[in-house]
Amino acid sequence: MSAHPVAAPLDGAFEPVILGFTCNWCSYRAADLAGTARIKYPPNVRLVRLMCSGRLDPAFVLSAFAQGADAVIVSGCWPGECHYQVQNLKALKRFQLLRRVVAGLGIEPTRLQLVWASAAEGQRLANEIGRITEEVRALGPLGWGGAGADPAVAGTTVLPVREGAPPPAERDLAEVTA
Amino acid sequence: MKEFLYYPGCSMSGTAKGYNDSLEAIAGPLGIDLHEVNDWSCCGASEYFSIGPLRGYALVARNLAIAEREPSESRTLVAPCSLCYVNLAKTNKYVRTDTALAGKVNEALGAAGLSYTPGSVEVRHLFEIVIHDVGADAVREKVVRPLRGLKIAPYLGCLVTRPDPEKRWKAKEHPREFDRLLEALGAEVIDYPLRTDCCGGHLSQISPGMGLEMIRRLLDSAERRGADLLATICPMCQMNIDLYQAEVNRRFKTDFKIPILFFTQLVGLAFGMDAKSLGIGSEVISSRHALAKIGIEVPEPPEGEPVAAGAPAEKPRAPRARKGPELPMPHMPKDEGVGP
Amino acid sequence: MNTQPVGPREKVGVYICHCGSNIAGTVDVEAVRDWAAENLAGHGVVIARDNKFMCSSTGQELIEKDIEELGLSRVVVAACSPHMHEKTFRGACARAGLNPYLCELVSIREQVSWVHSDKAAATAKAKAVVAGGVFRVEEHAPLEPIRVPINPATLVVGGGIAGITAALELADAGFPVHMVEREPSIGGHMAMFDKTFPTLDCAACILTPKMNEVGMHPNVTLHTWSEVTDLSGYVGSFTATIKHRARYINADLCTGCGICQEKCPVKVVDQVYEAGIGYRKSAYMPFPQAVPKVPVIDGPNCTYFSKGTCKACEKFCPTGAIDFTQQDDEVKVEVGNVVLATGFELFDSRRVEQYGYGRLPNVFTSLEFERMSNAAGPTNGRIVLRDGVTEPKSVGIIHCVGSRDRNYNSFCSAICCMQSLKFAHLIGEHTDATVHNFYIDVRAPGKAFDEFYQRVLEEGTIFVRGRVAEVTDALRLPDEADQDGRLIVQVEDSLAGMQRRIPVDMVILSAGLEPPHDAKETAHRFGISCSSDGWVIERHPKLDPVATMTDGIFAAGCALGPRDIPSSVANGAAAAARILGRIQQKEMSLEPVRASVDESRCSGCRICNDLCPYNAILFHEDQMVSEVNAALCQGCGTCVAACPAGAMSGTGFSDAQVMAQIEGLLSVTATGEPRVPHPLLEGVPA
Repeated sequence: MSAHPVAAPLDGAFEPVILGFTCNWCSYRAADLAGTARIKYPPNVRLVRLMCSGRLDPAFVLSAFAQGADAVIVSGCWPGECHYQVQNLKALKRFQLLRRVVAGLGIEPTRLQLVWASAAEGQRLANEIGRITEEVRALGPLGWGGAGADPAVAGTTVLPVREGAPPPAERDLAEVTA
Repeated sequence: MKEFLYYPGCSMSGTAKGYNDSLEAIAGPLGIDLHEVNDWSCCGASEYFSIGPLRGYALVARNLAIAEREPSESRTLVAPCSLCYVNLAKTNKYVRTDTALAGKVNEALGAAGLSYTPGSVEVRHLFEIVIHDVGADAVREKVVRPLRGLKIAPYLGCLVTRPDPEKRWKAKEHPREFDRLLEALGAEVIDYPLRTDCCGGHLSQISPGMGLEMIRRLLDSAERRGADLLATICPMCQMNIDLYQAEVNRRFKTDFKIPILFFTQLVGLAFGMDAKSLGIGSEVISSRHALAKIGIEVPEPPEGEPVAAGAPAEKPRAPRARKGPELPMPHMPKDEGVGP
Repeated sequence: MNTQPVGPREKVGVYICHCGSNIAGTVDVEAVRDWAAENLAGHGVVIARDNKFMCSSTGQELIEKDIEELGLSRVVVAACSPHMHEKTFRGACARAGLNPYLCELVSIREQVSWVHSDKAAATAKAKAVVAGGVFRVEEHAPLEPIRVPINPATLVVGGGIAGITAALELADAGFPVHMVEREPSIGGHMAMFDKTFPTLDCAACILTPKMNEVGMHPNVTLHTWSEVTDLSGYVGSFTATIKHRARYINADLCTGCGICQEKCPVKVVDQVYEAGIGYRKSAYMPFPQAVPKVPVIDGPNCTYFSKGTCKACEKFCPTGAIDFTQQDDEVKVEVGNVVLATGFELFDSRRVEQYGYGRLPNVFTSLEFERMSNAAGPTNGRIVLRDGVTEPKSVGIIHCVGSRDRNYNSFCSAICCMQSLKFAHLIGEHTDATVHNFYIDVRAPGKAFDEFYQRVLEEGTIFVRGRVAEVTDALRLPDEADQDGRLIVQVEDSLAGMQRRIPVDMVILSAGLEPPHDAKETAHRFGISCSSDGWVIERHPKLDPVATMTDGIFAAGCALGPRDIPSSVANGAAAAARILGRIQQKEMSLEPVRASVDESRCSGCRICNDLCPYNAILFHEDQMVSEVNAALCQGCGTCVAACPAGAMSGTGFSDAQVMAQIEGLLSVTATGEPRVPHPLLEGVPA
């Protein structure tokens, strides 16, 4: 049951690296369910298990972007169904503020998305992961934390190089830090 | 006075002239100001959609487009005929939810120099306006000649409560709103089980075998329950039951003589207006005998043909014991019925 | 950034599972193993192994041996989901003398091999996942489970058959039980039934002995006409607040003689016990075998309360037990565990307009029919039409009303098919009527259930397979003229391939089961989750059907979803058995995933106090610092994320651990190469 076709990674096409934060009771179980049901989705998302989406410290998200993630997915139980009553609503508020902050830092909103998934929604989670992967692929690499320095990808035309600008590997550091 | 954009539809000037006349008469007292949309055109009825759905939507959307630009405070388009209402409401909803369809429809409208912004008008049925905006209580206050003694079967027809694109009705199969309105007029309301059954629509013309049978059922049920007349909200229903009643009698060897009037005509009578000004008297199955029961005079029909004798004798109903062995019934909420 | 660590702090063992071909079929396990040994040596990896089945005893022994011989201080297993085998591998570590919380299980099966088809990409991701685990486990600290005492008393909410079973098991084992029931008597829905399928046992005959046992049991405190208004505390030490509604009758003086009921002049429709087709007085006991045998006075319907007159009950009561001045009162009880057995409510058939319930007099619901068929019911067991007199000559029974229907409830209500068959049989016993059953499927899964279906078939019941379109009293076809006054069932007979209109005198709707109308409030009050339908969610639908996700709160019977009497009894007994196990151990250990406050960093801003849904964070006014009650804390971590001073940490999911895992997960590119960090960030701590 493939939600989306999986692109071959080694032909030079850009493969986003996406970090997903899941909650132990709902969305992580949904991912497990997708596994048990052998539902296929793109391998671009790597999951971190938290006990609750309320545990999500905004610093986690910023750290992820800084360390090479092209996008971050925040997920948890549907509002009203949080295992810890209402903590997912706190996660929601944090997410909304965080989105504004990262937008101010120049990161497109598409790169930070919120997905609610209950423990029974393996297929849905897989679909959402597929959708987000394609959206981020279309945007290209974020370029923070050196993702553009991936040796397998460097030198291809997929890198977002502004017209006239030299490729990132040769960028003058002094210019950047000025 | 509340203003509404008004889409009369073709029958208001034709077979449903009585509806038109009575609506004009009672609009003022009900506080409704109907602003007719300029240069409206056919709604496509049921036939045009079977030729091609996109053509149908475009045809209907033309009316939405001109309603949008009609100079008026109101953004509510009211249709008195159920089929016009459903066509307009469905099209309005689909162009709002399906952007691809909206694009194609606007492309077609562009050929006439028109375009429609989806959702810029809302579409409602005239009957539903009277029920929800005016309200049975407000109507009751204006009644000067209650229709006491007149047994009326409320017949809504199939289209007003369903498909219900904007979810205005709670109970769809057996809504009680028409019952309440007729009670407000002082009439005795028959618990009519076929209140939302189909009248056959155009089948009476294109497939009479089926169409006439559907009309027969409606009449049979009304007669069994002792109705003096049927009340309706749709010109098509009225036409089928009125115009084709004789044909039904011929085909099925029955002897129905049940007149059918528009709700606006009954409201007008209860407001003390005279029958002629409400367009009463021109119907094929004359309401003169039924209305004479409560002292209302109906003018002679123009041709002077023998008038139908009126409702047949009452069928006896099952006795209802009050104290005694009878088991209590479940409680039903009075006004709206319970829907899904 | 940890890419150039000062030197490994721990000795980490990495174990990669093949899981047969479940993982190895997609992920190149050996390559991941070699990669881990080589690339993660800088993070402490001293050994990396693979095994066909890590969870097997051989696999576990590998870990134990390495801990003992290599002195491993951390273990990472890359295999299935932590929800499967976290306990298994922690157990292996504990046996070898390593604190079990120094072991991390990362999933490369459910999260990698089972969901990706590209082998190269899956292997690359597996490497990233292993790196995440290794980086994280370096930040783990040894933890000890929290031990809490278990109060041997139990609260059972709901006095139906499930609650009664649980209460009797616990009480018979010698432990105190508080049973709270909302109605004046226990018994629940089962007390309303006539006969039970498939044995046709009389429901009251098998239920009332149990009700009496509960009523007389020295270990059971019965709180009827009561509700639980609050539950606080945690497993082993809950405090429940129970509100006793005023009965206006002094239970200590009442002898249950019933004179007040006889003399009461007010007769109202009994919507609860008689399902709305019978009557009761304003001073009433729901049924003669009520437990406790103490009536209540229905205030809103009582002449004294509305007009100040009457007081017939007081005049005639031989013991002076009537007390119009009685007030509601409240008690608090301490319990160790709770069983929720709050049961179901019947689907409101008025919502299905096409079936005419409420409009057509001779359409009845299943519960109305149970009361009618019951010899102790309002018609003394006679099957009659709504007029109370006429016997029907033909009856239609409609299955799946409000169930298996996207317009109302999509689920199957489990018991209605058997109930419908039972009705067909009972109608045959009481009358000569022809019976038609209108069904979609006949669900008869239990012991002797299908045999009962065969019996009902042989008795001459007519089965029509099709969902009924309409029940109407409107004649439509010309040849129906002689059916005036009867009901007509219009249905597509899917086996005969045609529409049928079948005239009947009476229709019975087998209405579905729904959660009680206040299910969501109850869930909230007890701190458990219910599904969007409103049923209580069990800890695991297959393997743990009576526990909830909240330690100490169990559920039994229809509160969990539609089920029949044997299943409800099994649930009740299972919940009791679980609780007895806990009570017997006197103590329980809780997962040490908890938040804690470093007082030296706490600035007293109090942002955390209100964030906690369990009120687990106290504030000490004198020292102006907050403190977490480890037993109340459930470990969600919201406060940890919110603390602006970084004073709160969460064991098991600390900032350092999560950050390390993020770093590890992102240290590998999509193609499995080490990610080269941005030159700007080199050497900068994450």
